[in-house]
Amino acid sequence: MRHLLSTRELARDEAIALLDIAEDMAAVQHREVKKLPTLRGKTVVNLFFEDSTRTRISFEAAAKRLSADVINFSAKGSSVSKGESLKDTAQTLQAMGADGVVIRHPSSGAPYTLATSGWIDAGVVNAGDGTHEHPTQALLDAFTMRSRLHGAASRGRGLDGVRVVIVGDILHSRVARSNVWLLATLGAEVTLVAPPTLVPVDTGGWPASVVFDLDEALASGPDVVMMLRIQAERMHGAFFPNSREYARTWGLDDARFSQLPTATMVMHPGPMNRGLEISALAADSAQSTVREQVANGVSVRMAALYLLLSSERGEA
Amino acid sequence: MRIVLTQADVQRALTRIAHEILESNRGAENLLLLGIPTRGTVLAKRIAAVIHRIEPSAPAELAGSLDVTMYRDDLSRSGIRMPSPTEIPASIDGRTVVLVDDVLYSGRTIRSAFDALSDLGRARAVRLAVLVDRGHREFPIRADFVGKNLPSAASERINVRLSETDGVEDHVSIEGGVE
Repeated sequence: MRHLLSTRELARDEAIALLDIAEDMAAVQHREVKKLPTLRGKTVVNLFFEDSTRTRISFEAAAKRLSADVINFSAKGSSVSKGESLKDTAQTLQAMGADGVVIRHPSSGAPYTLATSGWIDAGVVNAGDGTHEHPTQALLDAFTMRSRLHGAASRGRGLDGVRVVIVGDILHSRVARSNVWLLATLGAEVTLVAPPTLVPVDTGGWPASVVFDLDEALASGPDVVMMLRIQAERMHGAFFPNSREYARTWGLDDARFSQLPTATMVMHPGPMNRGLEISALAADSAQSTVREQVANGVSVRMAALYLLLSSERGEA
Repeated sequence: MRIVLTQADVQRALTRIAHEILESNRGAENLLLLGIPTRGTVLAKRIAAVIHRIEPSAPAELAGSLDVTMYRDDLSRSGIRMPSPTEIPASIDGRTVVLVDDVLYSGRTIRSAFDALSDLGRARAVRLAVLVDRGHREFPIRADFVGKNLPSAASERINVRLSETDGVEDHVSIEGGVE
C-alpha cells in the first residue's frame, strides 16, 4: 500500500489484512512496554488544516508507539494563515525529509492532490478531507464491530451479513461515506437514515439503501446503529427546523434505545452532542462502543502507518 | 530437490531436543517454549507435547509464540511482511525461555527475538532450539539444541514442511545451488 486516501479503493483482502495487523497492534497496547521499534528513524508529519483533537492525538499516539518521530503542524498560527499554498507547504515537508504525511483538510480531494502531484515522496494518509472520506475512522469502526461480534476469533473475517444502520447528516459526513464503501466491501448491509434535506442528491451509486424513517429502520433490530454528529459548523442552511425537532425525529433517545435488542451495538464517531443525536443513557450503556472506538483507533492507525511506511518507499 | 529429513527423522530430532531441554534445565520447572511463527510455533507445541509425556508434572502452559516481525532490522529491505499473533501463556519473568525456530541461518530473526523478549519482561535465561542449522551466521548467535546440522551453500534453499502448516507429511528438503 502506498497511500491510504479512501476506503472506496480498498480491496476486501487489503482491508482484512489491515484489520488483522491492527489486532496484533491492539495486543501490544495490553503489554507493559507499549512501544514497538518498527518505524525507528522515520518521520511522520501530522498536517492539520482543520481543528481536530481526537484524530490528531490518535495518529500521534500511533506513530509514537511505532517509534516514529512526530511533527505536528496545524494551520492556525502557521504560514498557511499568511497565505502559503498546499504545494509550498508540501515541498517544505519534503525538504525536511518526511516519510509519512497525515493530512486533514477542509477541501475534498486535498490528500489525493498531495499524494499524486509529485510534490512529495512521502506516504499520505487521509485523516478527513472535506465531505469526501475519513478512511481510518471507517476502519476503526469496522474493527470495533468485528471484535464485538467475533472476539478473539476475529482474524481473517469480514463483516458478512452484519446489518448496519447509519443515522444523521449523511450529506456532510465523510465518516458515513467511508463507512458505506468499507462496510459494503466487507459484506455488511448498510442502511442510511436521515432527513431528506441531509441526504446527497444522488446516492444511486452507493452500495447502501436510504430510509427516511428512523423507527422503521430500527424496527428490524439491526446489529449496529451508528449515530453521526450533527456538525454545527456545517449547518449553514435550513436543513431541519430546530435541534429539538431533530432530536425527537432522528435522535437515538431513551425510548428508541430501550426498544433495541440488547445485542445491538451503539456507535458514535465522536465528539457526541448528548441530548441531540444520542441520549446520555444510550451513550453510556454497555451497548455503546464509543470508548472502544477511541482505543481501537490507535491500533488501526498503527496498522495503517506500518503498511505505508515499514517497507522501502518507491515500489509496491 | 533432495530430502534430508523424513517424518520419522523430524520426530526423533524433536524427541531428542525435548530430552536435552529437560536435561539442561533439570526438569520442566520455570520452562517456557516460545516458537517463532509460523513453523517455530508448531515445533514448540510438538516439543511441549513430548515434554508433557516425559514429565507429567510439567506446567500445563508450556508453549507459546513470539512474533518478531515488528522488531526486524530488514523490514525496509523487503516487501510488506504480515505480522503473526504473539501468545505468551505465562509471564516470562524469572523463567528459562527456549526460543524455537525451524531454520537457523543468518541469526537476524533470533536477534529480533531478543529485542521482542526484552519488551515482554526479563527472562532468567534464554536458550535456542532449531530443527535445522544451515550455517552462514551474520551475528554471534549459536543454537543450544539442534535437530540437524546441515552445512549448505548460500545459493541453496532449505525447505521445512510440517503437516500442521503445509498439509503434507513432515520433511526437510534441500534444493537449488551449484554442485
